[in-house]
Amino acid sequence: MRNMLSLISNALCRITGRNVLLIDLSELASVSSGEAQIQRLPPEPPPGSDRAAELDSEPVENTTAQVVVSRSFANFTPEVTFSIKKCDVHGLEAGPPDSAVLTRDQGLGFYRSMQTIRRMELKADQLYKQKIIRGFCHLYDGQEACATGIEAAIERTDHLITAYRAHGFTYTRGVSPRAILAELTGRKGGVARGKGGSMHMYAPHFYGGNGIVGAQVPLGAGVALACQYQGNNQICVSLYGDGAANQGQLFEAFNMAALWKLPCIFVCENNRYGMGTSVERAAASAEYYKRGDYIPGLRVDGMDVLCVREATKFAADHCRSGKGPILMELQTYRYHGHSMSDPGVSYRTREEIQEVRAKNDPISMLKERMLHNNMASAEEFKNIDLEIRKEVDEAAHFATSDPEPPLDDLCNCIYHNSPPLQVRGTHPWAKLVSVSNS
Amino acid sequence: MASLRCFLRSGKNAVAALQRSGFHSSAPAAVQVTVRDALNQAMDEELERDERVFLLGEEVAQYDGAYKVSRGLWKKYGDQRIIDTPISEMGFTGIAVGAAMAGLRPILEFMTFNFSMQAIDQVINSAAKTCYMSAGRQSVPIVFRGPNGSSAGVAAQHSQCFAAWYAHCPGLKVVSPYSSEDARGLLKAAIRDDNPVVFLENELLYGVPFEMSEETQSKDFVVPIGKAKIERQGTHVTLVSHSRCVGHCLDAAAVLAKEGIECEVINMRTIRPMDTDTIEASVMKTNHLVTVEGGWPQFGVGAEICAQIMEGAAFNYLDAPVTRVTGVDIPMPYAKILEDNSMPQIKDIIFSIKKTLNV
Repeated sequence: MRNMLSLISNALCRITGRNVLLIDLSELASVSSGEAQIQRLPPEPPPGSDRAAELDSEPVENTTAQVVVSRSFANFTPEVTFSIKKCDVHGLEAGPPDSAVLTRDQGLGFYRSMQTIRRMELKADQLYKQKIIRGFCHLYDGQEACATGIEAAIERTDHLITAYRAHGFTYTRGVSPRAILAELTGRKGGVARGKGGSMHMYAPHFYGGNGIVGAQVPLGAGVALACQYQGNNQICVSLYGDGAANQGQLFEAFNMAALWKLPCIFVCENNRYGMGTSVERAAASAEYYKRGDYIPGLRVDGMDVLCVREATKFAADHCRSGKGPILMELQTYRYHGHSMSDPGVSYRTREEIQEVRAKNDPISMLKERMLHNNMASAEEFKNIDLEIRKEVDEAAHFATSDPEPPLDDLCNCIYHNSPPLQVRGTHPWAKLVSVSNS
Repeated sequence: MASLRCFLRSGKNAVAALQRSGFHSSAPAAVQVTVRDALNQAMDEELERDERVFLLGEEVAQYDGAYKVSRGLWKKYGDQRIIDTPISEMGFTGIAVGAAMAGLRPILEFMTFNFSMQAIDQVINSAAKTCYMSAGRQSVPIVFRGPNGSSAGVAAQHSQCFAAWYAHCPGLKVVSPYSSEDARGLLKAAIRDDNPVVFLENELLYGVPFEMSEETQSKDFVVPIGKAKIERQGTHVTLVSHSRCVGHCLDAAAVLAKEGIECEVINMRTIRPMDTDTIEASVMKTNHLVTVEGGWPQFGVGAEICAQIMEGAAFNYLDAPVTRVTGVDIPMPYAKILEDNSMPQIKDIIFSIKKTLNV
């Protein structure tokens, strides 16, 4: 509908030489929003789950792509077909298409999503150096196209689980930057009320954030089993890194997923280094997309959000058609070290990092594509940047000013839906109470 | 006839059970049910009651269960609900936990709890801790069940008791049934519980019949988790035990009754959360406490009971230090004479009681 309006207004403006229709159309723009907004309906709670009531009171915000309408709105190309890098395939006749259609709205939406993740992670870096965030903090900057591209290709009612480099996914799965940063700073407004920290953030149909390398992969296969069992046509995306790719439990999960044809997309985010160990030093075979053996695989350019989206669409269709699991290797890169305690330059060169930033940055690549094809103006991007900066700054302000959880929350939620119980404190006279939520 | 079959299968244990159950004519609807059958019936009824419940593990489906506990279930419920897994404990435990996170209610069978060590990360880090880490957003309604502790002649790698290991961890509930009533009621409670429950069975108890009243056979009979049962009232000494050793305690109590020593026998039923109140109330009455378990002594269930009693109100009522009767602090040997002497025998319990009472 919007595309049609744009086409008409384009034509009319060229004919009349005026931007007469702009005002009316701009109103329409906010009402009949384009499909850059991936349907962000509240997901159905799992059957029997009594979390439905909680969904309303959670600090989860929808990340709608707000279209910034500028003066030269009418001149933009509404959609462009880009040719994208062809995926390497394993065990498949054909892979995803080598071209992708991007609409203006989608592009601005992806830009906003990736830039928000980028700014949020850099803010976390700052807060960590100020010692306001403690413990583990594994940052995702550089890998934004993976989280954003995957989310673009699945439904909110699908499921996703990842390892500890999880802030980006926590955001794409619907948690606001303020709830994420407040969890990192350990405040009661954090998504897990300060109880979980960086590696343990959850949302409906998002199972964290998992600290034990590789453990999340069988968990993800289990979520897929639940989808199959319930016959709800949902799938699970189960992510792991190049380091975790050598964990035995992955192969156990692959075997059972293939045997039982579980609707699971196994995704290896290969950022070339498992902590300080490069893939060459860790894996006898670094062709991670082939490591599923009897499971078909794709190797995807993980720095291109369109490649990731197309590959994920392809993979999701594969799963939903009952063919069983599929494996996707996303070739990506992290700018930061493994975690905030790793400078990230002892096992790789600064030149390598700079080169990726200069030639392969996912956000820059998308922006340049859109500018080059007149899909949006530089001013629009700048405005989006300013909005995001403001949002992240406000989130950081909240995260540093919100109070820490109260001490009487210490023992709560050990159990779910259970009567209150006494918990031993540090000495016999410390009789604490644990209340569960139900 | 069933009793005779049970007797032939489980030898002297059945005799002891029969003697204990008095074999008097009780209410007409009371029957003799083996622990195995009680577990089977409990699972059958819960599978029927809630579609989200399913069973997975090695040999649980087409083989009818390595110890036949799941006999007949696959025939009745089919492939989707009774799932045979490959030999991949870490993998299938993770799968079961993930399924629980996504809304199903799995019963996961470990062929023995010894094999759970391969998967213990999933039990502890993925299941037990998740409710807390997520501030209650993510629950994990799963039951991990299977035989625990010693069997007969299975040697060191297949005989370990994991009660203390699992009961150490917040976020888990750990139960250890003794009788058929315990088995049935606790398994139902465990399946209906929204939390990860470790359900420690005992292979030697599977074939033992116990009398079950009509009430305990009803479909909604549930034994509450966290509540111990006083199996036998007494005044001179409190015996606290779980699983198979409860039977030994009752045997010892029967012998000592002839000498005028009346033992109060407490069947813990739940290891975590422990019913300290019941133990304390009993100790305040008898002034003496002996704990009996099959597991190793160090950092064990008995050690925890000692610590809790010492920290609580009952300490001042003790007339003697608490005595722990445990398995010998060694890996389980194979030769029968050695194996027999690695586990608490009735004579060890009697000896310990007399020492505690100073008689």
